[in-house]
Formats: sequence, C-alpha cells, structure tokens
Amino acid sequence: MAEGAAAPFKKVAEFPSNTRYVKPGDFPWWAQPAAKGDHYVKLVSSQAFPIENGKPYFVKLRVREGVQEVWSEVAEATAAPNIFNTAQANNLVFVVAFTGVLLASIAAARRNPHVHLRRIAGLDAVEEAIGRSTEMGRPILYLTGSGGMDEVSTIAATVILGEVAKKVAHYDTSLKVPHRDPIVMAVCQEIVKESYVAAGRPDAYKDDSNFFITSDQFSYTAAVDGIMLREKPAANFFMGSYFAESLLLTETGASTGAIQIAGTDSDHQLPFFVTTCDYTLIGEELYAASAYLSREPVLVGTLRGQDIGKALIMGALILGTCLATLGVLLGTDGFSYLLDLFKDFK
Amino acid sequence: MIFLKRQLPLAVTFVMGVAFAIQYYIPHPVSEEAITNVSKWMQIISGFALALGLASIFHVHAVKIKRQVPGWGYSIVLYAAMLATIIVGFWSKGETRVNGAQTALGWLYDYSMVPLQGTMFSILAFFIASAAYRAFRARSREASVLLVAAVLVMMGRVPLGQFLLPWTWDVTQWLLNVVNSAVRRAILIGVSMGQVALSLKIILGIERAYLGGGRDQ
Repeated sequence: MAEGAAAPFKKVAEFPSNTRYVKPGDFPWWAQPAAKGDHYVKLVSSQAFPIENGKPYFVKLRVREGVQEVWSEVAEATAAPNIFNTAQANNLVFVVAFTGVLLASIAAARRNPHVHLRRIAGLDAVEEAIGRSTEMGRPILYLTGSGGMDEVSTIAATVILGEVAKKVAHYDTSLKVPHRDPIVMAVCQEIVKESYVAAGRPDAYKDDSNFFITSDQFSYTAAVDGIMLREKPAANFFMGSYFAESLLLTETGASTGAIQIAGTDSDHQLPFFVTTCDYTLIGEELYAASAYLSREPVLVGTLRGQDIGKALIMGALILGTCLATLGVLLGTDGFSYLLDLFKDFK
Repeated sequence: MIFLKRQLPLAVTFVMGVAFAIQYYIPHPVSEEAITNVSKWMQIISGFALALGLASIFHVHAVKIKRQVPGWGYSIVLYAAMLATIIVGFWSKGETRVNGAQTALGWLYDYSMVPLQGTMFSILAFFIASAAYRAFRARSREASVLLVAAVLVMMGRVPLGQFLLPWTWDVTQWLLNVVNSAVRRAILIGVSMGQVALSLKIILGIERAYLGGGRDQ
C-alpha cells in the first residue's frame, strides 16, 4: 500500500492463500464487502500507516508460490467516512422495536393500571429496615456504589434513594449517605432534600446527610467500615455497582448486626452480597426497584415491556440454538441468514 | 424556576440521550469527535465537582471537631494528613519521580498509601473465609448444594485436590463453563434489558426521580 502512485509501497498484510476468506459470521449478509470466497484484509489506521479521509491510496497485490511471484496492477481508492455502520443495522432495529414495545406497555398500563408485580423480598424489607432503625434509634447507611452518574446502576441507586429518603423522613430517622463521587453527592443531596419536602418534613432535612469521603476505593471502604463500627447503623443499603470493596463493606456491616439490603448489576460481586446481606436485588431487580416502590402505572408498565423483551430474547435463543445445531447436522450455512439477524457485529 | 429545575434538564437529557444513542451507529469523524469532546467536558465537570467534594469533607469534619462527637480525633488526623499531603505535593511540584529519583510525594504514596491500600485489600482473604463459613453451613437444601459445588470447585482448582481426586478437574470445568456461565448470561441479559429500559425512561422523561422531588411535580 502506498500514499502515491510513485511513492514506495509498504507491506500491510501477508497471509496464506487459503485463509481470510469472506465467510459467514465475519460480516452480516446485508453488509458483506465482497462475495463469498473472496479474500479480505481489515486495515486499521495506525501511526505507522495513518489512513486519512479524502486521501487517495494505492494498493497492489503480490502472489507468491515458492520462488515465483507475480504482481497485480496498482489499484487506487480514496478513503471516505461512512455515515451509518450498516453492520449494526440489526441492533438499531431491535432498539427501535424494544422502544416501541416499552411505549406500548406504558400506554397499556395507563389504560389498565392494575398490573401484577411479583413480590421482591428485598424491596418489601425496605420499610422493615427503616422501621427497625427508628425503633433502635440508630442511623440508616445508604451507599450508591462506586460508579459515577454516567452509570445506569448509579442512577438506579439514586432513584431508590429518593424513595428510601421519603420513608426515612416520614419515620424521622437519621440517614447517612457517604459518597465516592462529588457529582453523585450533589445529585443525591438534591434528591434527599426534595424527598423530605415531598414527605412534608423539610425541617428534618440535614444538608450533611450526604457527604463526600474520597474517590479512592480502599480509603473509601476503610472510612465506611469505620462509620459502621463507630455509629452502628441499624440498616445498611448497598445499591449500584461494586468491585472488590463489596465484601469488605458487607461483612463489616454483618458483624455489627445491621439489617443489610443490597442491589447490584455487578454479577461478579453478587455471590458476596448474597452471602453477607439479608436481602439482595439481583441484576434487573435493581432497575425495577423504582417502579416497585412507587407503584406508578407508567413505571410498572415498563417492567411489562421488559418482560416482553426477555420473552422475545428467550424465543430467539431457543430458535437460534435449534437452527445452529441443525445447520451443523445438515452441513449447511443456509441458516446463517436468519442467525445473522441476532448477532452483534462491530 | 421550574423551567431551570425541571424542563431544561429534561430537554437536555432528551437531546443528548437521543444524539448519543444515534452516535453509536455513526462511524463518521464528526461523530467520533463529538463523543471525544463530551468525554473531555465530563472530565472538566468532574474537576470542578472535586471542589464540592473537598468542601463537603472540610464541612463534615469541622462540625465533628466543633461538636466533639465520638471519634472526632480521627477528623484531626484527617485534616493533618490532608494538609501534609498538600504541602508535600506542592513542594514536589506534583511529581512522584524526577529524573528517576523519588520525590517526597512519591515516597508518601509508595510508603503510606500503597501499604494502607494493600492492608485493606488483604483483609478480604479473612472476610472471604468468614463469609464462606456462614454461607456453607448446610442449613438448607440450597446451602448444601452450594457447599458441595464449592468443595468440588476447590478440589478441582488446587494441585493437591487434583492429585487426590483427578476427576474433580472435569467437574469443575463443567460447573464453571456450563452451569455458572448459563446463570451469569441469564443475569446479564436481564441487566441489559433493565439498563436499556431505564435509559429509555430517562431519555423520554418518564423516569425523572433522579432530578429530585419525585415524579409528580
């Protein structure tokens, strides 16, 4: 490959002639760059060979067998950016379809607000945990996880905090929310303040119930463990995303005898939470908590939409497994046209 | 006021949410530059937000010292450590190493922060043991299944276990690659659907509790 017809050519790829074919699975059938059986090479812009838009590049191919070799003619092509990544068209279609399903579910929930929700023990225990703290005259500790406001799990944790703060204000209990991220702290301050106003107890709100500790993982853990051991909160809430600090926090909390409710989408930390907490919201239950606690028809409707989405995914999984197995048994790649629809292409 | 607290944030959320959802499908340089710029903006905002965090630390610990609440001595230690680190940081011009030589800030980091972090992390081993003891007490059918699976995986993972019971290796691999993977994937599918649903609710303004004040205002 060269930057000019007369410029020196650089070798960008070398491979055996029986490899790098365009084959099913590499590209979706609707965005194949060449016919099946053709060779292809993916070139990524790098410091050694930067590819710039609008600039012509020259390519030639050398075919070698033993000591014999033959050069192709020089081909010219100009680099141009794409407006749309057609390989991800299926992803876009599914997002649009899922949005449609959600909106339809919300509309259905507005018409018929009596949607059945299965019992989530961890969320039913929120009231019990706050009541216990009130009876014991001890504070409630609420953690929003290690993520920033750009993480969906942190947003879910702040939404649940709003519901918890309303109940805390109602019971006139003390709430402590130590933070790792100042932006999350600022958001939570506003949420807690508004929750106290909504509960009719603006006088009970304390500005320092939300406070920043540090953004360092283990320094934060040590500080929160210290709070647990000194102030002995009667209820600990661990919502949001967590890493190695999860067990350090929950095991310390368990040793103080606090009732512990966790909710996380960090699948690698779930075993620790299940082991050490009284109740654990697993994965999607964290996102369902807001709807469950508020019982608002619009939010509950989105849960119905999620369930429909999951049912479709389960259907696609079963169908895909059957077709892929059948394709192997029959020795055909004819099913790849259907299977490509559900694949993630970059 | 309601415009600044409600309508404007919701409008910004909608526009930015839709724009950056579409951005994912556009590999054009303009689109790539847009996401880079937004990332830089987020870093700038985080920098300013740090001032909020510092103000919070100073306020909370000043109140503790003033009221002499239990453990207020720790607040003095925090102030002293903070002040010392700031002075050393300025003195070392924010560098941990200069021409290969360790600065005072580097020394402070390597010989106080790193050991302290290591200490906290190492406690994890003991906590895992105590949590495992609690979880593996075979009080119920589920706990018994957990206990048996854990013993098999432990035996299959340690050299002595593999020597004594070689078949545990295959069982371990099956448990991890089939049973564990299947459950993890099921959880991840649920999490992904939940994330997409919550994101859509936020973008469309259906979920607005994160703005404060519940949904009814």
